[in-house]
Amino acid sequence: MKHILTAATAVIALAIGVGSANAADKLKACWMYVGPHNDGGYSEGHDVGRQMVEKELGDKVETSYVESIAEGPDAERALERLARSGCQIIFSTSFGFMDPTIKVAAKFPDVKFEHATGFKTAPNVGTYNARFYEGRYIAGQIAAKQSKSGVAGYIVSFPIPEVVMGINSFMLGAQSINPDFKIKVVWVNSWFDPAKEADAAKALFDQGADIITQHTDSPAPLQIAQERGLHGFGQAHNMYEFAPKAQYTAIVDTWGPYYVKRVNAVLDGTWKAEQIWDGLKDGILEMAEYHNLPDDVVAAAKKTQADIEAGTLHPFKGPIFKQDGTEVIGEGKNLDDGTLLSMNWYVKGIDDQLPK
Amino acid sequence: MTALMLEGILLTIITAATPLLFAAIGELVTERSGVLNLGVEGMMAMGAVIGFAVAHTTGSFGLGILGAIVAGMTMAALFGVVTLIFVANQVASGLALTLFGLGLSGLIGDAFVGVPGAGLARISIPVLSDLPVVGLLFRLDPLTYLAIAITIAVSWFMFRMRGGLVLRAVGDSHSSAHALGYNVIRVRFMAVLFGGACSGLAGAYLSLVYTPQWTQAMTAGRGWIALALVVFATWLPRRVLVGALLFGGVSILQLHAQALGVGVPSQFLSALPYLTTIVVLVIISRNRALVRANTPAALGQSFVPDR
Repeated sequence: MKHILTAATAVIALAIGVGSANAADKLKACWMYVGPHNDGGYSEGHDVGRQMVEKELGDKVETSYVESIAEGPDAERALERLARSGCQIIFSTSFGFMDPTIKVAAKFPDVKFEHATGFKTAPNVGTYNARFYEGRYIAGQIAAKQSKSGVAGYIVSFPIPEVVMGINSFMLGAQSINPDFKIKVVWVNSWFDPAKEADAAKALFDQGADIITQHTDSPAPLQIAQERGLHGFGQAHNMYEFAPKAQYTAIVDTWGPYYVKRVNAVLDGTWKAEQIWDGLKDGILEMAEYHNLPDDVVAAAKKTQADIEAGTLHPFKGPIFKQDGTEVIGEGKNLDDGTLLSMNWYVKGIDDQLPK
Repeated sequence: MTALMLEGILLTIITAATPLLFAAIGELVTERSGVLNLGVEGMMAMGAVIGFAVAHTTGSFGLGILGAIVAGMTMAALFGVVTLIFVANQVASGLALTLFGLGLSGLIGDAFVGVPGAGLARISIPVLSDLPVVGLLFRLDPLTYLAIAITIAVSWFMFRMRGGLVLRAVGDSHSSAHALGYNVIRVRFMAVLFGGACSGLAGAYLSLVYTPQWTQAMTAGRGWIALALVVFATWLPRRVLVGALLFGGVSILQLHAQALGVGVPSQFLSALPYLTTIVVLVIISRNRALVRANTPAALGQSFVPDR
């Protein structure tokens, strides 16, 4: 809220011609988050990246952010406000900001936009994403090794390709260890609603899952796992301090180095719109320190990670079958990026109907 | 497995119903005095943030709860001064209170977002808690017992005590109550404060017990559901209890239905708690005599004593 006010004040200041004299001295880089900047999850991951830009580039940049922006019309207004307040590069960090970003970017051709996890681009809009599914494959393998019931609970937000890809990758990882592994899926239709996420976790545990994983942003499910003496995986951010006895590991987004690189590109004039999709080997995501696991499971997880980084193991390697048994890709081939980014089907073995 | 699962589900339902019960029973007393306070959501948010902040800084759960009650009452007092003494429009003031509470709680809570809370152990009553299925009723958290105790006490007070009669009289016809010599403004102010205290408790339950953490707008519309429950319950405390359990129950069961994979679209299941509540509301409202007997006739009307 404070930052929206700052932005609003800046708009007024620009409108009456005050403060524009020294605006050119520093590069102004701005961020827009879907949750609070310190949510202990996805948005905090981006904010840590922003702080790294501030630390590494020091006097050359000025950063600011707006937080808890709802996906939809609000996002458009917030982006427009950022663009008017003199931001030269804007990172819009949630999938649902995609269309607003494209719209606002068309109105401000001199401002550079980067949209996380989306697929639409423009001359001044680039996209960037991390191959989270690589981490989820490792998590799936750990789950299959650690689960006594052979059932994992998966709390999810919205049926977008990013989320479906994650569920499939987790399942393929689990099936590589235990072909009969089961996943129960619950959609909470929200990225961030701690109480609802907690309820979903309880429901899943009550139905026999003993491992929880999630594609929502709050640490509430892990808190429930800890309360029940069960385990799970952190999402987007290391959630260890919320549930030290429950977290095996977390798929941690480390956007910092990427942000530094891109802001530097704006500074030296080499920025152009690109579509970046980096993985574990580029360091844009990391596995948090392993806890509550036997040594051999940790060693196996590290081996899988090394194989993925070396390119000898692709989580979506054939043969892969859809739920109805049709083969998507045969032995010896890997799914291409285009298929991954538009994924709207489950792999065989998942007992859930994908909402349409 | 089934008995254990049933217990798990019931326990989750009771947990989901508790914050609704707190907020709704408080609002019920407020509305019975003839005051409509639409600021429940804002008072809950303030209770949640102050409760978490106090418990976190002092390390005392009890002080956190106390802080939440005080926060809720302070917000309610603000509403009381504006609507009862300065006779402002209750609907507009209540809406303003919600917006104000949500904003202010976000500002105060900024330093506490992403900080893990401690949580609260359940109380286990020996012997009784070992009973199958019903045993779970004897190992709930202390605040749930408090919510149920408040509900019973309010019911007793309203229909068995003189004070309750005065409260209902003020809510039904303030001019008659005034003519009989009762201080209408004072009765209403106290009812508003009670509503605030309960809303504060509801918020504290969310940030200290339900999910021990603070995040902005974590009340997520539960204050509005509580307001609807009061109407659904036709201003009767025991029905508030039923309504809270019904809403909580449907919202938990839809998650279970999803986990079981019942092939119903999840968007429809998510809407089910609201749908069920509306349907039950319509069915209950068919008994017009009962509704008329319990609706506070002076609800939402400002009172200005003649001089």
